[in-house]
Amino acid sequence: MNEPQDKSRRALMGKAVTAAAVAGAGMGVAAIAPGLHLIEVAGAAPRTAGEAASNTVRWGMLIDSTKCAKDCNACVTACNTENGLVEPIKDARQGSQWIRKIDLKDPKNGREHSLPMMCQHCANPPCVDVCPTGASMKRADGIVLVDRHICIGCRYCMMACPYKARSFVHQPLTTQNPEVPRGIGCVESCTFCVQRVDKGLKPACVEACPEGAMTFGDLNDPNSAIAQRIAREATTQVRADLKLNLGVRYQGI
Amino acid sequence: MRLDLNSRLEEHLFYILAGIGGLVTAVGMAAALFMEHSGHVVTGMNNQIVWGMPHVFAIFLIVAASGVLNVASIGSVFGKTVYKTRAPLSGLLAIAMLAAGLAVIMLDLGRADRLIVAMTHFNPTSVFGWNVILYPGFFGIVGIYLWTLMDRRMNPYYKPAGFAAFIWRLLLTTGTGSIFGFLVARQAYQSAMIAPMFIIMSFAWGLAVFMIVQKAMFAWNGMQLHPQIRSRMKNLLATFIAAVFYFVMVYHLTNIYFAKQTAFEQFILLSGGIFPTLFWGGYVFLGTLVPLLILFVPDLSKIRGSVFAAASLVLVGAFSLLYVFIIGGQVYPLEIFPGMDVKSSFFDGQIDTYTPSLPEILLGLGGFGIAFTATVIGVRVLKFLPQDDIHKLESAGHMLD
Repeated sequence: MNEPQDKSRRALMGKAVTAAAVAGAGMGVAAIAPGLHLIEVAGAAPRTAGEAASNTVRWGMLIDSTKCAKDCNACVTACNTENGLVEPIKDARQGSQWIRKIDLKDPKNGREHSLPMMCQHCANPPCVDVCPTGASMKRADGIVLVDRHICIGCRYCMMACPYKARSFVHQPLTTQNPEVPRGIGCVESCTFCVQRVDKGLKPACVEACPEGAMTFGDLNDPNSAIAQRIAREATTQVRADLKLNLGVRYQGI
Repeated sequence: MRLDLNSRLEEHLFYILAGIGGLVTAVGMAAALFMEHSGHVVTGMNNQIVWGMPHVFAIFLIVAASGVLNVASIGSVFGKTVYKTRAPLSGLLAIAMLAAGLAVIMLDLGRADRLIVAMTHFNPTSVFGWNVILYPGFFGIVGIYLWTLMDRRMNPYYKPAGFAAFIWRLLLTTGTGSIFGFLVARQAYQSAMIAPMFIIMSFAWGLAVFMIVQKAMFAWNGMQLHPQIRSRMKNLLATFIAAVFYFVMVYHLTNIYFAKQTAFEQFILLSGGIFPTLFWGGYVFLGTLVPLLILFVPDLSKIRGSVFAAASLVLVGAFSLLYVFIIGGQVYPLEIFPGMDVKSSFFDGQIDTYTPSLPEILLGLGGFGIAFTATVIGVRVLKFLPQDDIHKLESAGHMLD
């Protein structure tokens, strides 16, 4: 007797889940129930305009280099598109690279692997220490940024960064993403796609990785996927000897 | 009549010299404007060689500026009469060279138009930030010091002013050395040796600059430096050259001893092409051994112009050493993954190359133009020529103190 009702209820639920999945996909999320997601979003509520970043959150990234294919550049392409790093330059050494693929080979045993390298969003960032004007800064939620309004282009932060993560804009720019202001004569680097994170989305590179090798989330939230994996699995900080307490962790190196 | 002719000739010479200095300065400024307009794409600098030729010039000028003031300090702080008469010229050169060095470094900024931002935003943990206080402070203190030296009413205060200037200059060079010493991740830097090494380098380079300028001024005025004063100054220069050599050797030897640094030392001292050539040929041979030989071998040092030649060679050595230190230190790749072979589109793990472009070199030379012009005008307008009253010095027994 209840069968037609159940059928229509199931159909309705199916439609609702599909609609939620479609809507969620636009945000990089597939919601299967309130508070439960197939793929995790950035992990904290979006910030409204004017609201300060919270120090209860520490954004971080976990990169599994065992899943990272040597010839895959999807994260780099996604970063360049998202952040408007599209202008050609004659000398590649003068071009900006916010994220790059590094191929590693252990000369002792020939083991090879590949991984993406970008700003490691240190808790104790040398770039912030050395910046004369305070343009290099760390947001309360751990994202290391450059304030384009007060960067004087001295490049001291580039000298101080142990990861070669920063680029200097060597030529005039004619196009840019309005959400990602850039400018000639200023230093820039990976922002963890702060413009996306503030909307509750994941960085473009994480979303683009076809192997799911990059996990983004709140290191301070013990329930986040990233915090749970870091608690459970062996992870590495690059140049851990410098004790900079990095926001980016690696597996498989 | 003859006097008139001489003074007219002298005036012509002054305008010619000031004109040459002004022209070099103008060319430097034009180069800076070109770099500002086109971006650093027109330079040889890139994302690995972050600091280039302008920094070699600027750091030379800044280090030598603080060092040239030493001549005054030896007079005012350590009471050596022979040096006291040289204090005003020493102060003038210090101000002129610091202004020149700062101009070069400021004009190389990506956003030189934001100079006011650098002055109004201050990060206390930045060595550059400290320098924003140390450099203008140096102008102020040396300015007051010059006033106490050159204005009779202010004469009673010259000792405390000289002492303050001496302390400040030590702080300033510590600040300049620490720009590099505090860089945690680069093989070439991150050493507590660098600040004291920069101080001793400033002693040698500053004195060499002073002796060159003094020689030129004496020649212009048809004067001869008293042999005993010449001998004392040459011995002091030789001592400073030897002291710099000691510090440079200790810096490299400690690095060679640390296993993690040996690959870098191998590169900079042996296999790195232009860098070992400049280090051994430019700094060690031309900038250290030859001047020491000239200054210490009596038959050589007595030859007219030999001390001038030795001082000039010290500057050749200074530029070679700074080029190796600043450029060589960046050409060698950062060790992000120690022990691994590394490759990337961003030239990780690769020895980079650097070819300075013309605008960069012209900007650096423009700095010399500023220092030269300021000195020529200063010397013309005020009384900066060191005048030794030999008879008075001898009778007071000051020639040997």
